[in-house]
Amino acid sequence: MDINKNIPDSESGTSQPVIVISDLHKSFGSNRVLAGFSISLLKGENLVVLGKSGSGKSVLIKCIIGLMKPDRGTIEMFGKNIPDLGAMELDEIRVKVGFLFQSNALYDSMTVRDNLEFPLRRHWIKLTQGEVDDMVMNALSDVGLEHTVDMMPVELSGGMRKRIALARTLILKPEIILYDEPTTGLDPITGKEIISLMVDLKRKYNTSSLIISHDMNCVRMAGDRIAVLVDGICYATGTYEKLKQLEDSRVKQFFE
Amino acid sequence: MYLVNTETVKSFFNELGALSLFTGRFFTQCFRPRYELAEFFRQCFIIGYKSLPLVALTGFIMGLVLTLQLRPSMVDYGVESQIPVIVGIAIIREIGPVITALIFAGKIGSSIGAELGSMKVTEQIDAMEVSGTNPFKYLVVTRVLACTFMLPVLIMLSDAISLYGSYLGVNVKGVTSFSLFWTQVFDNLSFNDVLPAFTKTFFFGFAVGIIGCYKGFNSSKGTEGVGRSANSAVVMSSIMIFVIDLLAVQVTDLLGFN
Repeated sequence: MDINKNIPDSESGTSQPVIVISDLHKSFGSNRVLAGFSISLLKGENLVVLGKSGSGKSVLIKCIIGLMKPDRGTIEMFGKNIPDLGAMELDEIRVKVGFLFQSNALYDSMTVRDNLEFPLRRHWIKLTQGEVDDMVMNALSDVGLEHTVDMMPVELSGGMRKRIALARTLILKPEIILYDEPTTGLDPITGKEIISLMVDLKRKYNTSSLIISHDMNCVRMAGDRIAVLVDGICYATGTYEKLKQLEDSRVKQFFE
Repeated sequence: MYLVNTETVKSFFNELGALSLFTGRFFTQCFRPRYELAEFFRQCFIIGYKSLPLVALTGFIMGLVLTLQLRPSMVDYGVESQIPVIVGIAIIREIGPVITALIFAGKIGSSIGAELGSMKVTEQIDAMEVSGTNPFKYLVVTRVLACTFMLPVLIMLSDAISLYGSYLGVNVKGVTSFSLFWTQVFDNLSFNDVLPAFTKTFFFGFAVGIIGCYKGFNSSKGTEGVGRSANSAVVMSSIMIFVIDLLAVQVTDLLGFN
């Protein structure tokens, strides 16, 4: 375990980093949200970024996927610096990166099938209808919801919507998955089911995941390594057990 | 004493500036591939075809009521036989386009504002971007173009149905044959009546589409923000319809169409 101040920790592991974030800054007016955040996501690991509400976790993940531009700093993914990329290059990167939104972001006006087909049709335009159908059913089978294929999102429960959103994230077979508060708004039991599903899918597809959360169940169950985001920086990193033993009050507050 | 708060003036010009930038972005994106043809035709179906019953009904009532209201005065002046001429010109030149555009703004402007606003607050627009889709092209360009091309079609149909309503209105208390009614209407209509009236409908449609999309796309967080987007889309596009109508009259006059 280490308590670091703006030091990327990729050197500590043996795996290759797939995302390297260095000295990331982002402010909204006078509100400084990220103040030199640095961390690396290693290949095949589940990294949880733990922080209070409003600490800048969602801003961080949106900077990583290119939905927001940081004021300063670099985010290297697949050998490219995300803030420097144009729309076309970002699209090429986004095929390899899945993003599970906090609110699921399922398209209300489309059926489950159309929701899942949408990214396929945009990225892989040469697929036949048969291939698309197979991929949709495989993704739904991964989350155990094949029977919902022709339903509308509004007909599904919160947990089912989360699973469908996860299926849509998985359908392009991403190498990296970014989860923005995957258990928010779910009851504890459904939340645990979603976390188990995330862990199972990671094992099945050998993906690397960056999970943003303040849910300690999620942190404990899903995180191979945890990064604590405090005051816009990566304040501490380590495993759940090691961070739990730490006496530092700013880390301890999450584990009490 | 200042009659207008300076903050209100400032926010009005800020809004106008932002809307102008949004419109500029529309024209930039409109001509660049990838072209979202399937979504454009889907929007034409939703915006055009699905608005038809409302537009037809209001058009019919408009023609009928206008004729019935006009009749007593025309009888007093002894020019009852001129009702089809007056109603025809009024509907084709002014009432048909403006009333239909206002109804269109109420139905389509609010629906676009609410739909895009709701997509914005539930992160669906971000999800679209992450899925490799340019949400501006997919959501805004298609809807604005569909509004621009569908409103003129709806107005033509509404005008025709209004005139049919007027024909029935004429026959409530009098007897005028179908062919005589239409002959009177068309004999007194000229190219100068139809062309400017038809041309301005494209601008009405564009205004409703771009304002609805602008309001929805820039909706603030929360359900209240979505409601406000829908409401202000209708208010702002209704005002724009009158402004465009006023400008159209001036331009028509300058070009010698009157």
